Amino acid sequence: MNNFQYSRASDVADAIRLLAADPAAKLIAGGTNLIDLMKENVERPSRLVDISRLPLRDIEETADGGLRIGALVPNSDLAYHPLIEQRYPLLASAILAGASAQLRNMASVGGNLMQRTRCAYFYDTTTPCNKRSPDTGCSAIDGLNRNHAILGTSRSCIATNPSDMSVALAALGALVHIAGGNGERTVALTDFHRLPDDKPHVDTNLGSGEIITAIELPPRGFARNYSYLKVRDRLSYAFALVSVAAALELEGNAIGEARLALGGVAHKPWRKLDAEAALRGQAATPDHFGRAADLLLQGASARSQNGFKIELARRAVVRTLMQAANATPQSQAHKKIA
Amino acid sequence: MADTSDQIPERIPIDLVVNGARRTLEIAPWTTLLDALRDRLELTGTKKGCDHGQCGACTVLVDGRRVNSCLTLAIMRDGAEITTIEGLAKDGALHPLQQAFIDHDAFQCGYCTPGQICSAAGLLAEGRARDADEIRELMSGNLCRCGAYPNIVAAIEQAMSRS
Repeated sequence: MNNFQYSRASDVADAIRLLAADPAAKLIAGGTNLIDLMKENVERPSRLVDISRLPLRDIEETADGGLRIGALVPNSDLAYHPLIEQRYPLLASAILAGASAQLRNMASVGGNLMQRTRCAYFYDTTTPCNKRSPDTGCSAIDGLNRNHAILGTSRSCIATNPSDMSVALAALGALVHIAGGNGERTVALTDFHRLPDDKPHVDTNLGSGEIITAIELPPRGFARNYSYLKVRDRLSYAFALVSVAAALELEGNAIGEARLALGGVAHKPWRKLDAEAALRGQAATPDHFGRAADLLLQGASARSQNGFKIELARRAVVRTLMQAANATPQSQAHKKIA
Repeated sequence: MADTSDQIPERIPIDLVVNGARRTLEIAPWTTLLDALRDRLELTGTKKGCDHGQCGACTVLVDGRRVNSCLTLAIMRDGAEITTIEGLAKDGALHPLQQAFIDHDAFQCGYCTPGQICSAAGLLAEGRARDADEIRELMSGNLCRCGAYPNIVAAIEQAMSRS
């Protein structure tokens, strides 16, 4: 780990000011990803701005019936919060599918959105990586790419976003509240993360000197018909090969509203509105779910080792939508897939 | 007013309450809680396994919650209460989890055991595990390369039933 300066921000404005004063400074909250990357010399901040004591830990109801979640709420506290368990169980389930109990106790909601890819080449400073060192090349494209993206890739980067929480937030239509030197702004979660194009070193649309202050959930929680299914190489504490967040509103067997997002397959949570639109008004059947999966996966392309993900994702989408339709959501403790 | 000097400080004073005792030490900002415990406070019960948050051997309780001490900076825990494996026994009596690990022979080499027991103490305090599957899932952050998992689960079930 490199030597660095340490500042404890006294409030959000102070954190923004400290960031503005030092372009190589980084915010730290839970630290679970940043400290790991600093130990690997992937991240070398000149200064850490400690925001962990700022008062951004509230979970409050909004005027329209949604929830506003402070950026520093630990992942575990969010997953186990009564309002999340009751109204947004898809989000609770996705959070509990990720990491370990210790890491969830440490990791913040805002930090979860900022976590970086687990591409092995990104971590290995002896190899070229456009995300770590721009314009050095991508080692994964013709290398070990079994875990890599099948959607939204570029010639520069085929890394995936590792977050489970973000996949559920994308499906739920969450908003990200941001503060910066020019005031406050709000972006949709689906516009927060970027595709790699020719700038894979930029993961998100958060500007330099900006800070996430809260996540907002809209009123619709899909608490009856939802499921989060995560397919991975071991049963717990592993990143997704493919994960699916599915949520439905049913009128009888007919689909009123549908939400669908994929994890483990792209540089950001993968949601396509036309796949959801194709489900509205249809019967909740495997055929219709398969058609939505095809739309969601349109344009998928594989490298040498990750071709299996395309069919795996298709089947996982159908299975997860069936679990949602049957109101039998995937348990994150009892691992048998219903 | 936050410090914006360009000087990189190597000795910043912090206070920790470790196993009930207040400890003041001067540390560099890049010192992890794990290294502060082991190298500065000589509490070597907490183990360094992977040093990347993947194995759980470094698990301790911070303000009652289980965390990976290798992935947290000591300076960020200024003022916190830390409980390590050395602090679980009370008045000469083993913590129920320590006794349960002995009763069930829940270890072989023992290297992961302090982290397993601190993690299990956190799990009991959280109150979220109700059966063996849930124990397995909520202990998945603690690896045991000897493969003592069946006995670890049995030990935690025993401590859970008696708490």
